[in-house]
Amino acid sequence: MSRKGADIVIETLIEEGVEYIFGLPGGAIMEVYDALYRMGGIKHILARHEQGAGHMAEGYARATGKVGVAMVTSGPGATNLVTPIADAYMDSVPTVFITGQVPLHLIGNDAFQEVDIIGITRPITKHSFLVKRVEDLPYIIRQAFHIARTGRPGPVVIDLPKDITQQLSDVPIPSREEAISSLIGYKPHLTGNPQQIKKAVKLITEAKKPVLYVGGGAVNAEAQDELLELAELMRIPVTTTTQGKGAFPEDHPLSLRMLGMHGTYYANMAVYNCDLLIAVGARFDDRVTGKVEEFAPNAKIIHIDIDPASISKNIIVDVPIVGDVKIVLNKILEEIKKKGVKILHAKEREEWLEQINKWKKMYPLTYKNSNKVIKPQYVIEQIYEVTRGEAILSAGVGQHQMWAAMFYKFSFPRQFINSGGLGTMGFGLPAGIGAKVGRPDVPVFVIDGDGSFLMTMQEVVTAVHYKIPVKVAIINNGYLGMVRQWQELFYEKRYSEVDLSIQPDFVKLAEACGAVGFRAEKPSEVREILEEAMRIEDRPVIMDFHVDREENVFPMVPAGKSYRDMILEDGKSPDVETMYLVG
Amino acid sequence: MSEFTVIETRKLREVRKGATRKHIINVTVRNEFGVLARIATLIAGKGYNIESLSVGETHEKGISRMTIEIIGDDIVIDQVVKQLRKLIDTIKVRDLTDIPHVERELVLIKVHTPTARARDEVLRITEIFRGKVVDVSQETYTIEVTGDEDKIRAIVELLKPFGIKEMARTGKIAMKRELGWEENPQD
Ligand SMILES: Cc1ncc(C[n+]2csc(CCOP(=O)(O)OP(=O)(O)O)c2C)c(N)n1
Ligand SMILES: [Mg+2]
Repeated sequence: MSRKGADIVIETLIEEGVEYIFGLPGGAIMEVYDALYRMGGIKHILARHEQGAGHMAEGYARATGKVGVAMVTSGPGATNLVTPIADAYMDSVPTVFITGQVPLHLIGNDAFQEVDIIGITRPITKHSFLVKRVEDLPYIIRQAFHIARTGRPGPVVIDLPKDITQQLSDVPIPSREEAISSLIGYKPHLTGNPQQIKKAVKLITEAKKPVLYVGGGAVNAEAQDELLELAELMRIPVTTTTQGKGAFPEDHPLSLRMLGMHGTYYANMAVYNCDLLIAVGARFDDRVTGKVEEFAPNAKIIHIDIDPASISKNIIVDVPIVGDVKIVLNKILEEIKKKGVKILHAKEREEWLEQINKWKKMYPLTYKNSNKVIKPQYVIEQIYEVTRGEAILSAGVGQHQMWAAMFYKFSFPRQFINSGGLGTMGFGLPAGIGAKVGRPDVPVFVIDGDGSFLMTMQEVVTAVHYKIPVKVAIINNGYLGMVRQWQELFYEKRYSEVDLSIQPDFVKLAEACGAVGFRAEKPSEVREILEEAMRIEDRPVIMDFHVDREENVFPMVPAGKSYRDMILEDGKSPDVETMYLVG
Repeated sequence: MSEFTVIETRKLREVRKGATRKHIINVTVRNEFGVLARIATLIAGKGYNIESLSVGETHEKGISRMTIEIIGDDIVIDQVVKQLRKLIDTIKVRDLTDIPHVERELVLIKVHTPTARARDEVLRITEIFRGKVVDVSQETYTIEVTGDEDKIRAIVELLKPFGIKEMARTGKIAMKRELGWEENPQD
């Protein structure tokens, strides 16, 4: 049956199982919006800014594991998507971004609203397509979804010239297999080399002081069950990155919580002193390793990752295993069980766990609470209690993001949605909206900064429009707090351009948008507001928590420094005697 | 109580540093829109210059082959190779640098030859290098030579004193040797 290219787009998206599109129309993409109107079958969330649409698609994907889809017009619509595309690229989020484009014959003419979005996004996409023939459309869309979701996931851009969406064609929608058969050079390696797996098992069996270091790859592969089994079976403590959070429950006795720049003392000490580091879907980011020379200096390293280019990139590893994390962990478990589960140095391993417990007791994650001024950490703890640890959290970028990471204990995968690789302020609210769309059954809290919130706050209106009951907690310190903290610590308190004390009345702002607004200025008001917010299910709530303005995020390993240079809660260094051991 | 002794260790992790040298990389690609730009972007993203690049079709429809020469740190190049492999449109990527291979380049050189003596000399040099004179004017000879890097360098050096007016090179193409000999007897 002959139909427009635009209709083929919607048909193929439906075939791919797309339920939601986040977007905003304009001239070059109008045909597709018309087809959407005529054909239905997919719900559309009209964002108020394309950046919002992009982060919503990401939030949806991060919360569900499904491919997130955003659709915008050419030119400014497309350039407004650049930040979300880069964000999805850095954190390996499966996403498809559809951009309208000027008609083919005008491409390269500096036509109205023309930009070379393929060129602009080339270094920040997993792949991109310019559609040049209407018959290719269903193939390209299917390939885009395949590429976005398989291997190391990532963003794919489909640039769609207007005339292609208008041309008629009777091309049938191919099956997935047929559509991807021409991608002859793209075959993610999934199974892991058996020789390497044997080597890994040997190291795991022999280690005295092993640590599992888990990143976002474990979440993408849904390897939480395998991870838990391996950790418990072989008595291995587990630390996660911001992206790996929830892959291992943080209330588990073997959990070391987060490592790296704002990691726990005990996670960083465990990594510093371990003799075997098992990296699972993690990429040795500089925020994690600090000074590379002093990262796990005594350890042999096993690195399991779907992306061969991630392995031995920043740190040389002893046993590289390229493959799907879930499949490889299963093989490792099989191999261990085949041999009848033995830990060669069981006694040392228990002593190792004991040592870690000592570290945990010595420098737990704490803060000094106050009954006069609201401490940001207190707000997060209260949110943890009110939600019984069951909410999905989406964060902006800054101190509040780190407090969310530290003072909420995450227990299931995809529970902490945050911009790790790119560190995009303004991510939290739209990503939270996308997450809530994808997981309407779970309460979603946005932990935002007063600075971050202002960058995408127009999306409050979107949440009102669709009655999306996200709960936004603004950790309002009147500062670009994270930058202020660095200025305090490393620039002798020269607070250059970080004061945000001129700011909107967030309660009135919420009300003006049709949302509910609350404000807390005293610690005693925090709980009440949160409980009130939990009862509101028909619109978003904005909570303005006026917190201690100059509270800092500790522990902290200054950028490029070693774990030995860690600064603890009170701004002091830990007792050197407690940090290093050789056994 | 733990029996681990608590002392400060200053052991350092070894940080890998590679040698910097010229690499020659073969890339087989699906000849799709933008594939060359993608490869160039990737290499530029590592802060490297492409020394030479040649692209051409293979015997298979829709499949092209590129030979890329870059100077860089072995470890970063290894990373480049892995990332090239990750591109959706690349089919095969191989760093030939340490593998026995044949490489050839074709050069056109326009030499200043105003006198009979110069013409004689240039002709002789051309013959020695098994080149050809492909264009002649009163003032110039244009010479075509193929060969590996050393041969091309040698003839260019010999022709320089006459005055090279223009030069164009195709960039290297390379292929792995089947028998793995270091040197082919015919070279
Ligand atoms: C788009 C963007 N611009 C600038 C930065 C640099 N930056 C990192 S944290 C931060 C301060 C964030 O302030 P706020 O959202 O109020 O959070 P706080 O640190 O105060 O909790 C800034 C400016 C960034 N990460 N993203
Ligand atoms: Mg702030």
